[in-house]
Amino acid sequence: MPSSSAAPDTVPAANARHWRAVVRLTLVLLALWAALGLGCGVLLADGLNAVQLGGFPLGFWFAQQGAIVGFVLLILVYVLAMRRLDRAHRADLARIAAANPPADPTGGAR
Amino acid sequence: MTVQAWTFVMVGLTFGLYLFLAIRARVRDTQGFYVAGRGVPAILNGMATAADWMSAASFLSMAGTISLLGYAGGVYLMGWTGGFVLLALLLAPYLRKFGHFTVPDFVGDRFESNAARLVALLCALFISFTYVAGQMRGVGIVFARFLEVDVDLGVVVGMALVFVYATLGGMKGITWTQIAQYWVLITAYVVPVVFISLQLTGEPLPQVGMGGEIAPGVPLLAKLDQIHRDLGFPSYTEAFTGSWDKVNVFCTTLALMVGTAGLPHVIVRFYTVRTVGAARWSGLWALFFIALLYLTAPATAAFARYYVVQELHGKTAAELPGWYHTWQKTGLLVWLDDGDGKLAYHGPAQQAQNELFRIGGMATTEFADLRAAHERWLATKGQEGQDGRVVMTQKKLTGPDADILVLATPEMAQLAAWIIALVAAGGLAAALSTASGLLLVISSSIAHDLYFRILRPQATEAQRLRLSRVAIGFAVVIAGVVGIFPPGFVAETVAFAFGLAASSFFPVLVLGIFHRRIGAIPAIAGMLAGMAFTASYILGTVYLGWPKWCFGIGPQGIGAVGMAVHFAVALGLARVCPPASPTAQAMVAAMRAPEGAGPGVDIARAMEH
Repeated sequence: MPSSSAAPDTVPAANARHWRAVVRLTLVLLALWAALGLGCGVLLADGLNAVQLGGFPLGFWFAQQGAIVGFVLLILVYVLAMRRLDRAHRADLARIAAANPPADPTGGAR
Repeated sequence: MTVQAWTFVMVGLTFGLYLFLAIRARVRDTQGFYVAGRGVPAILNGMATAADWMSAASFLSMAGTISLLGYAGGVYLMGWTGGFVLLALLLAPYLRKFGHFTVPDFVGDRFESNAARLVALLCALFISFTYVAGQMRGVGIVFARFLEVDVDLGVVVGMALVFVYATLGGMKGITWTQIAQYWVLITAYVVPVVFISLQLTGEPLPQVGMGGEIAPGVPLLAKLDQIHRDLGFPSYTEAFTGSWDKVNVFCTTLALMVGTAGLPHVIVRFYTVRTVGAARWSGLWALFFIALLYLTAPATAAFARYYVVQELHGKTAAELPGWYHTWQKTGLLVWLDDGDGKLAYHGPAQQAQNELFRIGGMATTEFADLRAAHERWLATKGQEGQDGRVVMTQKKLTGPDADILVLATPEMAQLAAWIIALVAAGGLAAALSTASGLLLVISSSIAHDLYFRILRPQATEAQRLRLSRVAIGFAVVIAGVVGIFPPGFVAETVAFAFGLAASSFFPVLVLGIFHRRIGAIPAIAGMLAGMAFTASYILGTVYLGWPKWCFGIGPQGIGAVGMAVHFAVALGLARVCPPASPTAQAMVAAMRAPEGAGPGVDIARAMEH
């Protein structure tokens, strides 16, 4: 851990911020996951079946095709969003390290 | 060339390829043996994970099951893919960052308790053995049907092959063979369906063809719905028919999703990649490669349903297609006529008229006696003998067995011999890849978690490696024996494996990662409560004749409730029990921090303990 001398921003604070962002992203994506699979595919399936999509009743399509495609896209969004969050976090740490340099040689970012 | 000759060529070539890869990938240390040296690129790990996950059941039985269930078949499609979202978002990157060899490793170290480690270890062993028995059986069935050798001999050949490449190469050998097996199985699965889709609907993409038209103005699915209504089946696309009501579809889907995310042989695959970022990408690739098969399966199901009804219902013995004659020898479908010489296939609403059955778990001699009694009953116009259809209906053995549909559809569509042979090789690839992944979990549970971490921490690297190989050998033999003498309750035990994974592993892993302060007591109590609830409910409703007292939920879906019980018990106790030690809390913090930031944990060293 770096010395958190007089700097307003510290590594633990940056870590906590990053973790909160990760949890928020995860919760949003899980809500979409539940809405897609358990919502459209199951809970609303009988209602959606009244709608036709090409040759498919819509509820049936969600249960056997749509949900799976959606799951792949959700993970894709997660991977890309996490890459952005991690990059932003590394930039944060670099800024903190630059703000209070020599005191601790092992400090913060690599 | 005949189908059988083609099958020998295809199976011989693919087996040779697997052995070649295994010999190239020999390993000399435990790191290579358990986690393939942690050097597997994300996309390749995705392929290996896909092959690991897609078992003989996914390949051979799933489309058939969907074909018989219609809409409700979606529980398997959504359950077995949706779990990967949970795995990729909640578990894989964090467990990779923690950097261990096995799942019990994480549980034991995070909660600083060998009791927790032992509970997790027993779960891992139980889940893996349950699963591997079915794989070996799958190998035997493919051998029996396509090479016309005995089922048991097929199991022995499969065992020998897995034994060689798993003991030689450990996780590294398994990874490279699984990558090859993925391509064999996906080609074998998709190619025939493309041809069938073209034949039936004129669309090359099965996913489009399934929604296409079978005749001008008549969509395939609408036609299926109409056939189903006419013959007394519940409509194919209608949601929530029969015992698959909304509660059961919901709970079963959720239990399968959560169970998938908690299966140890899938989780360990994420330990084999180099970085946390790679673990995320390989989660994406894994689901992508799995989706290629899972998006095709419902099309196979719909096409097969159409063929089965069209080609069997109302036909005389002379008109029945060739595939009927090949498959009725296996007992997976049998015809007990009512005397008019025409096969009638009807659903539950017109059960008395149905003449199509399967032998199922009956002994072959028992069925032969029943068939003789039925013939006598027909000949004497009901004076003597016995109406076999009534007996079969009582035993709930109506309709063909789900297992034949994937293997028989290429024959139904009269595809070329080499395609049929390819499907056989694909079925073997699916069974072998899953079996090897499971055997590795069994071996690492015994040699690493039990022997090294609990019994003899001072064991040397060479001793551990030797024991790992011995353990895999034992596991192969036990799996083979269970495959040759299958217990009569394979279907229920699979529900059991998912229920236990959902109610024990998944919640404890999520809590260990996302609840920083939770300590050992709530974790162990949660695991035991979830397991006890799920196990007693499944055993009670299946064997002891309990009513389904929990909202009418069947044994397949009860894992969802078990998971809720686990979370409730653990979170409740976490409020009153002592929190995790500062060391464990620091571990959690390090696990959450992104790579290359925070206190530098050199993963490659850290897990050497």
